[in-house]
Amino acid sequence: MNAAVSAAGSASASKRIAVGYGFWIFLLSDIVMFSCFFASYAVLVHATAGGPNGRTFFDLDRVGLETACLLLSSFTCGLAFVASSKRRALLFHAAMTVTLLLGATFLALEGVEFASLVARDAGPTHSAFLSAFFALVGCHGIHVSIGLLWLMTMMAQVYAKGFRDDILRRLLCFNLFWHALDIIWVALFTVVYLIGDTA
Amino acid sequence: MPAVDAFWGKLSWAAIPIDSPLPIMASLVVAAAIVGVLAWVAIKGLFPYLWREWITSVDHKRVGVMYVVLALVMLLRGFADAVMMRTQQAMAFNAPGYLPPAHYDQIFSSHGTIMIFFVAMPFVIGLMNFVVPLQIGARDVAFPTLNSVSFWLTATGALLVNISLFVGEFARTGWIVYPPLSELAYSPGVGVDYYLWSLQIAGVGTLLTGVNFVTTILKSRAPGMDLMRMPMFCWTALASSLLIVAAFPVLTATLAMLILDRYLGFHFFTNEAGGNVMMFMNLIWAWGHPEVYILILPAFGIFSEVIATFSSKGLFGYRSMVVATMAICVLSFSVWLHHFFTMGAGANVNAVFGILSTIIAVPTGVKVFNWLFTIYGGRVRYTVPVLWSIGFMITFVIGGMTGVLLALPPVDFVLHNSLFLVAHFHNVIIGGVVFGLFAGYTYWFPKAFGFRLHEGLGKAAFWFWTAGFYLAFMPLYVLGFLGMTRRMQQYDVPAWHPWLIAAAAGAALIAVGVGFQVAQLYYSIRHRESLRDASGDPWNGRTLEWSTSSPPPSYNFAVPPAVTALDAFWADKQAALAHATEPPTPDYVALELPRNSATGVTCAFFASLMGFALIWHIWWLAALGVVGAFVTFVIFAWRDHAEVELSADEVARRDLPDRAARLRATAPRLVS
Repeated sequence: MNAAVSAAGSASASKRIAVGYGFWIFLLSDIVMFSCFFASYAVLVHATAGGPNGRTFFDLDRVGLETACLLLSSFTCGLAFVASSKRRALLFHAAMTVTLLLGATFLALEGVEFASLVARDAGPTHSAFLSAFFALVGCHGIHVSIGLLWLMTMMAQVYAKGFRDDILRRLLCFNLFWHALDIIWVALFTVVYLIGDTA
Repeated sequence: MPAVDAFWGKLSWAAIPIDSPLPIMASLVVAAAIVGVLAWVAIKGLFPYLWREWITSVDHKRVGVMYVVLALVMLLRGFADAVMMRTQQAMAFNAPGYLPPAHYDQIFSSHGTIMIFFVAMPFVIGLMNFVVPLQIGARDVAFPTLNSVSFWLTATGALLVNISLFVGEFARTGWIVYPPLSELAYSPGVGVDYYLWSLQIAGVGTLLTGVNFVTTILKSRAPGMDLMRMPMFCWTALASSLLIVAAFPVLTATLAMLILDRYLGFHFFTNEAGGNVMMFMNLIWAWGHPEVYILILPAFGIFSEVIATFSSKGLFGYRSMVVATMAICVLSFSVWLHHFFTMGAGANVNAVFGILSTIIAVPTGVKVFNWLFTIYGGRVRYTVPVLWSIGFMITFVIGGMTGVLLALPPVDFVLHNSLFLVAHFHNVIIGGVVFGLFAGYTYWFPKAFGFRLHEGLGKAAFWFWTAGFYLAFMPLYVLGFLGMTRRMQQYDVPAWHPWLIAAAAGAALIAVGVGFQVAQLYYSIRHRESLRDASGDPWNGRTLEWSTSSPPPSYNFAVPPAVTALDAFWADKQAALAHATEPPTPDYVALELPRNSATGVTCAFFASLMGFALIWHIWWLAALGVVGAFVTFVIFAWRDHAEVELSADEVARRDLPDRAARLRATAPRLVS
């Protein structure tokens, strides 16, 4: 953007501020959507219809590993952002690749959990509790999948176009998105797995 | 249930309702109208112009106009449904009438769905689009291309609802698809799926609009435009956008749960396996009640602008108006349970929500008194927008009082689900939202197109609408007291019949009003030269949108306006009068404009494919739609130039003649 234009233009915020701000608002709306799935889970957690409850199938070791992957990926995602603001392409691509691998591992572990549940006849159609469980955890999983698609698109874009201003703004949004998924996972880990395993 | 084909999904020739003549005839009329318009466009060679200047435009003014056009077209569709219901009920005393139950049920469902989602919402959002950036002195919204995507996704939803007329059926469950009726076991057809996917797709568009406008209003204001100098309409648009951001995700989540139930056999709201129907009521109304404030708050903003302008006075109690608006914004989330007092929440819970619901009348009352005190002592010009505003104040107060009645749980137990309720919400939605939108449409029309709407025809439309409204809906209050429940296809109570005939006559009067509005638009376009406004300020306005040309140039303001007071343009005009000087020629600088983009319409094309495919279980086509939308976004993200720059000379070359024309037209006013 032409500096003279923005200086003389108006007192309104820079594009970077506006984009980041707008994306925060979007994330808030996304968190509202998650809160509905959390609420439905809380309402339906005891509606097991004679089927299993969380305590019978939660595997805290695996979920712990999932959590570790996701939190670590947030760290590497932050590294990638630092690298992008320093214009260091190699470090950026390396950190994004690690983020991608960690995210994919997380998804694979979640897939194993879902598959094992379906295999032992405890899929989402079995009870309202399982419906709510699959929907809440699955909604987060879909977000992670979309995040990975976005991540790969951003890597391709940086590779093709370099660290342009608009691409840096998109990286800012991607970072916010990825960290927000962590926040939601922390809530999910607590509400679903930790409380569910002891209750 | 038809067999599911790998290629065609559930779609087969049986989906075309050959055996019921009404939908077929309606579809043929709609199809003929579409083909006629397309043929006219093709003959006139307008396709390139439409594509370049409108369809791919990301200019907030163009997007706003397209939203309003969509709303007006869908208003005709929704109103046709209303006329059919009124005539059916006028005829169906001890008789089957002319609409079989299966068809009648689709009509009341599509009437509500269309009127809320595809008339009121796009009309409100269209006016917000057109007006808000102008009023805050901005060049465009914060994210112009996203804005175009929002519009086209809304249009996709409207398209899907209309396709249901011809291919398959629409929901028969009422406009908010209560389970378990809307579950697969009781609604096995595609009607509910049409509802779900058209609302999911349009809902994404609405959510993005909310994000866009919160950011625009809070981050893109002209220098000096402090929050407490913002025009009232911008405050209400802000409140409405905040409500969209907070409430529409709830709708998305709720409908997603119902989709999971219907498509994948989940048990959120089923009767079996522990599903919880009451959770649907709570979730849908946690969106649904804020939704009515999403619609009415901008209407309040329009009345505030109209009343202040045509009373030639500043708005009385501006600060209290801001506080009342934001109070309603917050309180709207605390009253949802009053929609189902009778469903067993218990006396104490009902009492709390009853009290909270009646409390909302307080800030609303503050607003009504503020408008009245603005009129008091003002020199009121009784133009069409003012007539709509006064009609609103009387009608809305009546609707508000019946609302307070319904907010009392013991009364609600008597009147729940009766025509009293139907009368109440039409009383506030027509008397509030629709009257407000018509006031805004008349008020800002000259700004959008450079000429006024014909005054006499507008007044005729107002009187027929108002008289028709009272004749159509006051009998419904009586019928509610007489015990008539809503959504009845036929009945055998003699006492109801005369009231229903009166209501049908009211609908006929409204139809005359609609006819006058169509005539007004047609006449005004044909005689636009005599209705031309060269000043850009036909009403002696107070806010910044009147300080630029009509229609405004693509960049809105050649130089950003410097704001020093509330009612910024009025203050500038007063200063010019006091010094008897013309404002100095500004120093032009280069400016940037967002480039046009086909992203919105392409994305909506793929969303339409996806929605239609999901409704009919055509999985490959749904996948194609998703991939197509993703590729569209990647192509958008890959472009190298997001903006075009206008040089300072170019801006001056365009703006100086506009400016001279405005000054010429306003000079007599400055002299007198």
